[in-house]
Amino acid sequence: MLEWRRRREPSTPMLWLSPLIAIGLTMLAGMLVFTAMGYDGFHAVGSIFVTPFAEPQRWADIGVKAAPLVLIALGLAIGFRANVWNIGAEGQYVMGAIAGTGVALATYDMSGWWILPAMALAGILGGMAWAAIPALLRVKLQVSEILTSLMLTYVAVQFLFFLVRGPWKDPDGFNFPQTRMFTADQTLPTIMEGSLVHIGIPVALLLAVIAWLLMEKTTAGYAVKVVGLAPAAARHGGFSAARTTWATMLLSGGLAGLAGLFEAAGPFGQLTPQFPVGYGFTAIIVAFLGRLSPLGIIFGGLVLAGTYVGGEIAQSTVRLPQAATGLFQAMLLFMLLATDVLVRWRIVWKRRAA
Amino acid sequence: MTTAMLVSILMTLIAASTPLLLAALGELVAEKAGVLNLGVEGMMLCGAVAGFAVAFSSGSTALGLVAALLAGVAAAMIFAVLALSLGANQVATGLALTIFGIGASSLIGAGFVGRTVQRLGPVFPAALSEHPVLRVVFGQDILVYLSLALVAGVAYVLRRTRAGLILRAVGENDASAHAIGYPVIAIRYAAVAFGGALAGLGGAYFSLALTPMWADRLTAGRGWIALALVVFSAWKPGRLLLGAYLFGAVMTLELQAKAAGVAWLAPEVLAMAPYLATIAVLTMMSLGRKTGRLDAPACLGKPFSAS
Repeated sequence: MLEWRRRREPSTPMLWLSPLIAIGLTMLAGMLVFTAMGYDGFHAVGSIFVTPFAEPQRWADIGVKAAPLVLIALGLAIGFRANVWNIGAEGQYVMGAIAGTGVALATYDMSGWWILPAMALAGILGGMAWAAIPALLRVKLQVSEILTSLMLTYVAVQFLFFLVRGPWKDPDGFNFPQTRMFTADQTLPTIMEGSLVHIGIPVALLLAVIAWLLMEKTTAGYAVKVVGLAPAAARHGGFSAARTTWATMLLSGGLAGLAGLFEAAGPFGQLTPQFPVGYGFTAIIVAFLGRLSPLGIIFGGLVLAGTYVGGEIAQSTVRLPQAATGLFQAMLLFMLLATDVLVRWRIVWKRRAA
Repeated sequence: MTTAMLVSILMTLIAASTPLLLAALGELVAEKAGVLNLGVEGMMLCGAVAGFAVAFSSGSTALGLVAALLAGVAAAMIFAVLALSLGANQVATGLALTIFGIGASSLIGAGFVGRTVQRLGPVFPAALSEHPVLRVVFGQDILVYLSLALVAGVAYVLRRTRAGLILRAVGENDASAHAIGYPVIAIRYAAVAFGGALAGLGGAYFSLALTPMWADRLTAGRGWIALALVVFSAWKPGRLLLGAYLFGAVMTLELQAKAAGVAWLAPEVLAMAPYLATIAVLTMMSLGRKTGRLDAPACLGKPFSAS
């Protein structure tokens, strides 16, 4: 008979196998659920998990969607490692885009190479400023950053609505609630002729490598892990929990802000009420699927970006509603949390005593 | 201010507070047992969509409420299996539940957008429920009375009964409760299921009582406010009632200001009010506290494993 045994140490192979098992289980469960709902479950799952990666013409789209997910998840994962639960990345993403757009609107009639870097800097600072509020409240007053960062997301989204419907509305935009289109100097350069593949993609990859070096090769990265795993030992070792909270919140806020600016100055080219698409929340799944490790997050980002691209494919091939994408993403996280039990436990086959 | 206006404002206040009170009371019980379920928003959305779908297809609002309760419990059980039986991180599992609720409700609700159902009506006969003044007391629907009764009930059970003592023991010191022989995991399952049931009803309040018309994400983050209310209440049902009505008042003000068309205040700024108020309240709670933690159950959010 089967028996669960607790492992003496968490299994490293299982740590990396469990996301793959989780993806397999999600495909299986998705097939069953959507078949039961009257859709073509087999082709729905195929469209979402296989087609985007099997057809090279989809890869550019995957890359464009993976870049913001990877950028946001990198920061979140470092925070999660330190037990800092910034779940308001969506708000920081929006505030980054707003700050960067502020620079864009101020430099509307100017030109120069410096405009885009200034926008990116404003984006980073905007995201950091928004993350600084929950950081301050947690460090000074022990207010849970989970609730405050999330509440601030709703505030940021309303602020965006206010701006695009009011002071920032395009004067030549036929009264549509949207800002001016960015000029050529305010738009991310593309790295492939005639595609949407913008400079944000290599930047995200580069930052993932830097984050990996930071976490694995520096004392700061070590401090983050110790503060998360053993707060008492960290205090003893002279690692400050307050400083770690500040550093991880500002880092994750800054990366989310940069992602927001890239999205505004890339695929969108302006701000509209449709700007917040939930990348800040999906990035949480990316971080977990990537095992909170910067290199794993690249993999996680590609998988989740694939579900967005595949979700659009499934809308046309099997008429799956757009909301199905979110359900697949949630199922993926559920399955991952479930399969993670294999990291700490193993199943053994035990013959019954005669 | 005329009496009619006052009555109308009180009616709005009660309607705005009730879903918050229901969801927060359920979460309070779960947290008293040591479980931090961040999936309140997701469970509310599951309840909202299940309640609407069943009320729409059966024509019975009462059946809708039953479905909402069951959907809330079912969603809570996903959380319980992962976080309690498999020992998954409670923060991550709760977030997953919220993402799931958003996806599931908008998938199931896609066919219902803009459709309407019979609104959940008052309990008492028209002579009382339509009285110009007394309707504040007698013109409410079943969930309003249920929410108030449950505050008293939960307060009584937690403070005065053996069951409540055991529940609190499990939340304060799971190892000791286990050593004495109480089934820690089973008790937590029950508490999480209770939380799911009330969150489901709270969600259904949006789709069946407040606006009996389906709209995507109609709970608009109220589940998160409910979580903050539990902190505000210092895990005491009486204070939770106060907090829920305080927030109901903030939302009523928002609605009144919107209806009155306060020109100098943008509607978006008004829409921020409940969320900013939540942050302000959490901050003031911490400022007002003397020492130590905020009376949170000692085992809140920590996984328990008997072996």
